Amino acid sequence: MFKFFFIYFYILLSLQSFSFAENKKLENEIYKNLRCLVCQGQSVADSNSDFAQTLKLVVKDKIKEGKSKKEIYDFLTKKYGEWIVYKPKFNRYNFLLWFLPYLTIVFGGIVIFILLKKRKNQRTN
Amino acid sequence: MKINLLRILVFVFAVFTLSIFLLSLNKVKVYDTQNLVGKNISSFELKSLDNEATINEESLKKNKYTLINFWASWCFPCRAEHKYLIKIKKNSKNLKILGINFKDKEKDAKKFLKEFQNPYYFLAKDYDGKTSINFGIYGIPESILIDENLMIIKKFIGPINNEDFNVIMKLTE
Repeated sequence: MFKFFFIYFYILLSLQSFSFAENKKLENEIYKNLRCLVCQGQSVADSNSDFAQTLKLVVKDKIKEGKSKKEIYDFLTKKYGEWIVYKPKFNRYNFLLWFLPYLTIVFGGIVIFILLKKRKNQRTN
Repeated sequence: MKINLLRILVFVFAVFTLSIFLLSLNKVKVYDTQNLVGKNISSFELKSLDNEATINEESLKKNKYTLINFWASWCFPCRAEHKYLIKIKKNSKNLKILGINFKDKEKDAKKFLKEFQNPYYFLAKDYDGKTSINFGIYGIPESILIDENLMIIKKFIGPINNEDFNVIMKLTE
């Protein structure tokens, strides 16, 4: 009987600590992606400002309520706009922000390829 | 011919990229939460600072206009705006001011109001500040003017001044 209770409590405790660790991980992930609106270039995770502290409490509560990362971001962007998240959603206003780096890499690659090919042809000739 | 076309392409791409950077850098963007104007306030429930009474968004529907003012005794700009809140209370017939005491000590808040007078018809406390996030507050003082349908008519970020007083009087006359 004692053994049974021991195992039961051990499993229960392990599950709880696992869920605690998961929540903590999610909390930190969200804090890092939230901009501290009253700080100079700091995320909520890095800041100790009143605003950041309050936001941390709210995020913690939302996670406890079972809200997903997306739901939490949606709630906050509804209140503070897209500016609050470091990683903005893809939309028609910021598509260049998402595509320009890739476009630059592809374009740069093509230029390098053509130049190398040209140099190779010159050497062969 | 090939190399010229390549040079032109590189040049066009560089100009295009630089123009985007220039346009973005020259764009003055001061952050605020004015995007909430025209939207309804979220539901909330707060306890009174004076007794066990509570207030929620439903009770605000009874007022023609409500100015929700977030303040604290430790906030210096709140002292500067307080005289205008008193002025609003004295001059406006259709507007009531709801005070939300933000992350403050009860004793200090009461001392502040004793010293500067109380412009609020209801004084609520938000000691952990969580309700302020529901209102899109990111610093105090901030005030939100709403109508009887709970729609945000105007947001005042920072202390209310004489110009804001005139705007409030005009909007609520």
